[in-house]
Amino acid sequence: MPPAIVAEGLVKKYGDVVALDGMDLSVPAGTVFGLLGPNGSGKTTTVRILTTLLKPDAGRATVAGFDVVADAHRLRSRIGASGQYAAVDDHLTGAENLEMVGRLYHLGTRRSKERARELLERFDLTTAADRPVKGYSGGMRRRLDLAGALVAGPPVLFLDEPTTGLDPRARAALWDVIAELVAGGTTLLLTTQYMEEADRLAHRIAVVDHGRVIALGTADELKDQVGGDRIELTMASPADLETARRALAPLAVGDLRTDTTAMRVTVPVTNGAASLTTALTGLAAEHVTVRDAGLRRPTLDDVFLTLTGREATEKIKEHSR
Amino acid sequence: MNALQMVIADGMTITRRNALKIKRTPDQLGAVIILPIVFVLLFAYVFGSMIDIPGMSYQEYMIPGIFVQSVIMGAQITGYTLALDLRKGIFDRFRTLPMSPSAVLIGQTTSDVLMNVTGVVVMTLVGLGIGWRIHSAPHEAVLGFVALLLFAYAFSWVTAAVALALRTPEVFNNVATIVSLPLVFLSNAYVDSARLPGPLKALAEWNPVSTIIQAERELFGNTIPGKSVPGAWPLQHAVAASLLWSVLILVVFVPLATRLYKRSVSR
Ligand SMILES: Nc1ncnc2c1ncn2[C@@H]1O[C@H](COP(=O)(O)OP(=O)(O)O)[C@@H](O)[C@H]1O
Ligand SMILES: [Mg+2]
Repeated sequence: MPPAIVAEGLVKKYGDVVALDGMDLSVPAGTVFGLLGPNGSGKTTTVRILTTLLKPDAGRATVAGFDVVADAHRLRSRIGASGQYAAVDDHLTGAENLEMVGRLYHLGTRRSKERARELLERFDLTTAADRPVKGYSGGMRRRLDLAGALVAGPPVLFLDEPTTGLDPRARAALWDVIAELVAGGTTLLLTTQYMEEADRLAHRIAVVDHGRVIALGTADELKDQVGGDRIELTMASPADLETARRALAPLAVGDLRTDTTAMRVTVPVTNGAASLTTALTGLAAEHVTVRDAGLRRPTLDDVFLTLTGREATEKIKEHSR
Repeated sequence: MNALQMVIADGMTITRRNALKIKRTPDQLGAVIILPIVFVLLFAYVFGSMIDIPGMSYQEYMIPGIFVQSVIMGAQITGYTLALDLRKGIFDRFRTLPMSPSAVLIGQTTSDVLMNVTGVVVMTLVGLGIGWRIHSAPHEAVLGFVALLLFAYAFSWVTAAVALALRTPEVFNNVATIVSLPLVFLSNAYVDSARLPGPLKALAEWNPVSTIIQAERELFGNTIPGKSVPGAWPLQHAVAASLLWSVLILVVFVPLATRLYKRSVSR
């Protein structure tokens, strides 16, 4: 089967800002692909081009076999999209929102109503179905927006930062819904700023920066590249920091990081739990007092730091200026 | 489904959506009903006590002007609503659907005609209450209302284009007020344009708002019998000229607004 999504050398400029700088993607049908990158890396721009909202300045892309520019209209009946900000109508009820989308997919009045009820039930919105969306919580809005993307049962689905801004409970609930969805064979392209989210939902992940893919692989492959787990040790006194560094250096599989203000040493390791025991024993032998010790999965920051030598969070500051 | 069927079906879906929105936000409908009442009473009694139109009552003279002023204000709902929707991202949803791209604007302008009909009915009743009368034949009066609503519809497309170009509801509101006030007051709505000083007189006589107001006066029979209208060509042939204006505005602004819609949502 040909890939469901192909992008070749996509370029998009906004004045002097290069949003996409040669974005290449290939997503096999029936798989979940995660686009992982910090704020401003070009995720939304990519999704907007693939969902026909935006024309690329250069490069080409096909989705479900249709060119996103030349065949835009026919493509639209094959895709579902849920944007970074929930595109729902505040004054309409949940049911009315979905019925409207069904009618605009030309499903007919009866089928649109049926489909709306099915989806409301599936997304646990039945009790709120006939209330205006204005009174919905953030999580409910996102679920309704996601339901809107599914009205026509599209074979290819795009979700742009589906859980950004949700509290942990709402995020976990949405993850379950998405996991269930892709079990049914839908091709999904998902963007996120969270390694954990990509890890949990995506078969393959592309790390993006400055509008291009800088690393590609499964979650495990990417984590191996950044050294897997990390141990974080906070010392009781700044004087111990240098001793700790020396004692921990043999355990590190990559660059060891020291934060002098927090009196913390972060060590990338391969075997998390065993390394933590070794580290604590080693520090005790050096008479270093440890105030806090922890084991941590790699974050986007870690992946980023390893791949680019820059902190992903620094980039966020850069872009908000 | 062919292209025309799709425009009609999708246009109806969007009209239905907007009608629901109007139902749920009674403040908007309230403005459409209450504003004209305030206009009629305020202008009839405040201006009416100061301005003298020889040969006829000021109420008779003024009501057609208030009709036109109200539909111009009412048409701004189109632009304002579009600017709000643009900000909220609902157009992103629409644009990923296999729907007709012109349906959003057609649906919006159509639902606003429904609002304007409501406003016109209210004004007619209030007008009749304060002594305004239709002196023309029934078919002329009907044409009067049709011409008024057609002008309102055309003006909705103007505000749609302006709002899609400006993109923010607040900026749109400011610009709309700055443009519509001179448009209404530099006309023959409340004063006799023939009595304005030189350059203002020319502006007022060529102002399309004066043309449509004069057409309304003629179609409702709110003129002094036997007295010819002084002024420029459009005032001499007001009914034809006002229909021409409405058609001309539609021919220019329907494609323009549609293009701006496609552009403004594809950033
Ligand atoms: N409409 C726009 N006008 C100007 N610059 C834009 C616009 N949209 C995006 N950008 C810029 O393009 C870059 C990529 O943005 P985006 O695709 O939104 O990134 P992400 O979704 O990964 O946060 C950023 O630098 C952003 O500021
Ligand atoms: Mg984004």
